[in-house]
Order: sequence, then structure tokens, then C-alpha cells
Amino acid sequence: MPRLGAVAGVVGLLTIVSLFVGVGDVTPASLANAVFGADDGSRHDVLLVLASRVPRTIAILLAGAGMAIAGQIMQLLSRNRFVEPSTAGTVESAAIGILAVTVLAPGAPVMVKMLVATVTALAGTALFLRILRHVPLRSVLVVPLVGLMLGGIINAVSTFFAYRLDLVQSLNTWMTGDFSGVLRGRYELLWLTFALVVVAYLVADRFTVAGMGQDFVTNLGMNYRAVLALGLSIVSMVTAVVVVTVGAIPFLGLVVPNVVALMFGDNLRRTAPWVALGGAGFVLVCDLLGRTVRYPYEVPIGVVVGVVGSAAFLFLLLRRGARVA
Amino acid sequence: MIDVLDAVKTYGSVRVVDGVRLTLPAGGLTSIVGPNGAGKSTLLSLIARLLEMDGGQVLVDGLDVTSTRSDVLATRIAALRQENHLTSRLTVRDLVTFGRYPHSKGRTTPEDLEHVARALEFLDLEPLADRFLDEMSGGQRQRAFVAMVLCQDTDVVLLDEPLNNLDPRHAVAMMERLRAAVDELGKTVVLVVHDINVAAHYSDHIVAMCDGAVMVEGSPREVIRPEVLSSVYGLPVEVHEIAGRPHATYFPPGRPSVTFSIA
Ligand SMILES: Nc1ncnc2c1ncn2[C@@H]1O[C@H](COP(=O)(O)OP(=O)(O)OP(=O)(O)O)[C@@H](O)[C@H]1O
Ligand SMILES: [Mg+2]
Repeated sequence: MPRLGAVAGVVGLLTIVSLFVGVGDVTPASLANAVFGADDGSRHDVLLVLASRVPRTIAILLAGAGMAIAGQIMQLLSRNRFVEPSTAGTVESAAIGILAVTVLAPGAPVMVKMLVATVTALAGTALFLRILRHVPLRSVLVVPLVGLMLGGIINAVSTFFAYRLDLVQSLNTWMTGDFSGVLRGRYELLWLTFALVVVAYLVADRFTVAGMGQDFVTNLGMNYRAVLALGLSIVSMVTAVVVVTVGAIPFLGLVVPNVVALMFGDNLRRTAPWVALGGAGFVLVCDLLGRTVRYPYEVPIGVVVGVVGSAAFLFLLLRRGARVA
Repeated sequence: MIDVLDAVKTYGSVRVVDGVRLTLPAGGLTSIVGPNGAGKSTLLSLIARLLEMDGGQVLVDGLDVTSTRSDVLATRIAALRQENHLTSRLTVRDLVTFGRYPHSKGRTTPEDLEHVARALEFLDLEPLADRFLDEMSGGQRQRAFVAMVLCQDTDVVLLDEPLNNLDPRHAVAMMERLRAAVDELGKTVVLVVHDINVAAHYSDHIVAMCDGAVMVEGSPREVIRPEVLSSVYGLPVEVHEIAGRPHATYFPPGRPSVTFSIA
């Protein structure tokens, strides 16, 4: 079994690597030279790093950790391994909220967009869970299919209005994650996901028990509706923040929690650090890949996450069948 | 002490629990018996507030289960349903430790850990404590769920068919444990069981249900009688005295044993 400290070390190392990869060469030596030397030319490099690489890397870590935790919470609340914000209509609902603000109050600050997106994401996810209650056959795969269909319908509505109002491009920015536009002053909202992850960790036991089902929740004296409301709020807000700042990162909330569950189970109190770290590390690796495979061009993070994630997931599914306890 | 006052539960137009009136004194082992669909599980769930009642009232130690705060009730009453299917992966120890949640609220104290260790020991789960539940046998899993409920250390314990999937040795061990919990710690234990002889042997009180209502209740001697059991189950039941206790048998007269000979 890998150790948390070792994995944290690897992610730390990747973080440092990430700072030095990109168009415009910054090496550790030139950075040191700029800080300690008197060469004005290399100051430019430092500014480059500070103005784009640092925010970009922080954004990656925060979005990755946040979406992975959001996925894990969704899986516990819906009691289904294949549910995450992009298979439950949450992402699409957040996007329609942002679209509504963009149309109705074009000058509104990003904070307002985020809050409205949180509300619509919450409504969309609640609708998903409500529909689930009326689906007679709650088979493992029907549940995410329902979510995907709901997301498809919501997205169709968004696309219709976006098309009419010439906002298709904006809609695409929200629906496909991309870290290349991250600059200082445009990502700080993501720190909110950090706070939300901490909250999730503090109340982790409730989500784990919710994953055992309503009877266990009641038997242990918790209020099921309150746990559900809290969990959905965290998930919706994390999703809204990520969609508003960097765009949706699909699959992440599915792959990371499933890998962690296979190794360490679902006791969120114990696994939350793994899920958060795994999410951050996963996006970091995908981002590095996206920046290097076609250097100097970038492959969008959504594409890389999709490819790497689905491969990893297939591998796990097949291995799971073959594994002996 | 459990008071069930005219409890009603309906699904559509069917009253599956139909005005049950029942008083179970504190400190005793009660078995609920009856045919499939009699409403035993539903009644147990109503008592444990796991289902909403459509009429009537249930009091546990004088507390109305529908209006009392759930976290208060969780320190007094613990219940296990007939079927428990987990989709999440937890270890036995995780599961049993969650039984302490009503007391610990997630901050596990050394005292909580003692309860966990004892519950694991009682149910013979120590060698399995760190295994995942989805990688265990049905009987092992059943013991883990019962360990969780016992770990909750409540005065009232409700168990719906706790002997499901258990081999005879573990079934006897579990019944002995429950009996000891009643005799030594003064707990009130209510079970649903299908094995009439388990009920006869271990209970202080037996409640026989049929069609959502209590048909007979009383001591084992009063309920374990051929005419009573035959009408409850709609099956001819004989009762024999074995080692001074009533013992029910309900298999039709045996066929003559066939011997094969290789000629
Ligand atoms: N969710 C439900 N919807 C509709 N009817 C239900 C539901 N749950 C139970 N019933 C019906 O209520 C009746 C009582 O069910 P219950 O589970 O209490 O029976 P039981 O006595 O525990 O039976 P068993 O010995 O098979 O466990 C049954 O006829 C059952 O079909
Ligand atoms: Mg039953």
C-alpha cells in the first residue's frame, strides 16, 4: 500500500515540474539568477512564472482536489459508483446558471455568476435525485444514464439560447476545462473549493453513513435530509466555482474516488486526503501531458482527462473482476 | 419498555400493520414470529422510526418515536433491518465503529474503541476486522451488522432475522450473547425469527403475527402449542416435550427410507 506522505511528495514534485514547463523557458537556474542576480532580462521570466504558471498550477491543484471530492460525495449520496457532477446534470445546470447571468446581467461580477451557478447546480442535482426516486429499476448503470440524459436536456436548452444570443463560444468555455487562460486575478475564487473540501472532511462521517443508506442514517440519529442538503450544497458549489473559473473537468470525480475506494474503501474520514491528493495529482499529470505531447501547442485538459481517465477506469474495472480478496 | 398503540401502516389501500397494540416490558427477550408478509418487519421498522406511521403511536421509554429527536433516540434504540445491502466499501471495523456514532459523534474515544473491540470479539469477527464487507461471506457480513448494532449499546435492540445466513454454531453463539445482554445488562431485545424452536428456547415472550395483526402473544409455553402454531402458519405443527421444553416439529411424516443395493 502506498503511503500518503509518499504520494504527497510525488504531487509536490510534479507541482514544481509544472512551474517550469511551458512556452517561454524558465529553468530553476534562470529563476535563481533573477531572484539573486541583478540581471533585468531574467526578471521578465520571473514575472512570467508568477503571473501565469503559479496561478495555473494552484488552479489545477484546487480544481482537481475539489472535483474529486465532489465526485466522491455524489457517489456516497446517490449510492452509485458511476455518479459524479458530469453524470448527474450538475455541470450542465451550473453552466445554464452562468449563461443566465451572462444574458440577464452582463456586467455582473464573477462572484454573482458563481452564486447563481451554485443555485442552478443545486436545483439540477436535486432534480436528478428526485427523478431517481421514481425510476423503478435502480440498476447500477441506469442511474448515471438518467443523469447523462438530464444533463443532455439541460445542455440542449443552454445551447439553444446560446446559439440565439451568439454565446456558443462562452458556453463551450464553461463546458470544457482549460487552464491556459488562468491568470492572477482570475482564479482566486477557486480557493473556495479548498474551504469546501475542508468542510467535507470535517463532516466526512455523515457522508460515509449516508452511503450506507437512509436506514443507517436514521438509526444512528442523523437527519437524512440535512446530510443530503449539506452534501449537495458542497458538490454544487465546488462544481459552480470550477465551471466558472476553468470550465468543467469530466470524468475526474469518477476515476479518482473509484481508484481510492478499490485500495482503501469508502470511509471518507480516512480516504478524503487520498481523494483530494489523487484528484490534484491526476489533473496535474494530465495538464503536463497536454502541454508537452504537442509542444508548443496545448491539448485541452478535458481531452487529456477524458482519454487518460477512461483508460484508467477500464483498467480498473477489468482488474477488479480478476482480483481475489 | 416499548408501547405500541394502535400502530397502522398502509401501502395503497392495504393495511400491512393494522392497529397493533403491544406492550413489551423493559428487560426481556421478545420474539416476533409469523408467516411471510405478516407485517413483522414493518412493525419493527415502525418501532425503530425507520418507516413513517400512518396511524397510532409508538413509545420507547415513554418517548414518542415520531416526535423525539432522532439523535436522542439513537442512544436508546438500535435496529437492524432484514436486508442490508451496502454499495460502499467499508471494513468490518469501520462499520462496527459507526455503531458508536450516536455516542461519539465521530470523535472516537478509548471507551468507544473498547466497545468496538468487545463487539468484534463477541461475534467472532476479530480475524476479519480489517476485511472489506463486500469481500466476505453472507454469514460473516450478517455478524458484522449485528456487531454494529450491539456496539451502539442501547437499552432497546431490535433485530430483524439476525440469524439469517448463520451456521448453527454462530446462531447459537449469537442467541447466547443476546440472552446474556438481557440477563446481565438488562437490555430489551426484540427479534423477528422464523425458527420457532429458537424462539421457544430463548424468549421470555413470543408475539405471533398474522395479516398485520397480533394473533397471539404470551410466554413460550402459551404460544408453542400445536393448535396455536398450526393456525398461525396454516401448517400442521406438532409440539413435543424434549428435555423438559416444548419443541415444535412441522415436517410431514417421513417417507420410508430407501436403500439402494447393488445387485
Ligand atoms: N414498500 C412496500 N410497498 C408495498 N407493500 C409492501 C412494502 N413493504 C412491504 N409491503 C407488504 O407489506 C406486507 C408486510 O411486509 P413485511 O416485510 O412486514 O413482512 P414480514 O412479516 O417481515 O415477512 P417476512 O417473513 O417475509 O420477512 C407484505 O405483504 C408486503 O408485501
Ligand atoms: Mg420480514
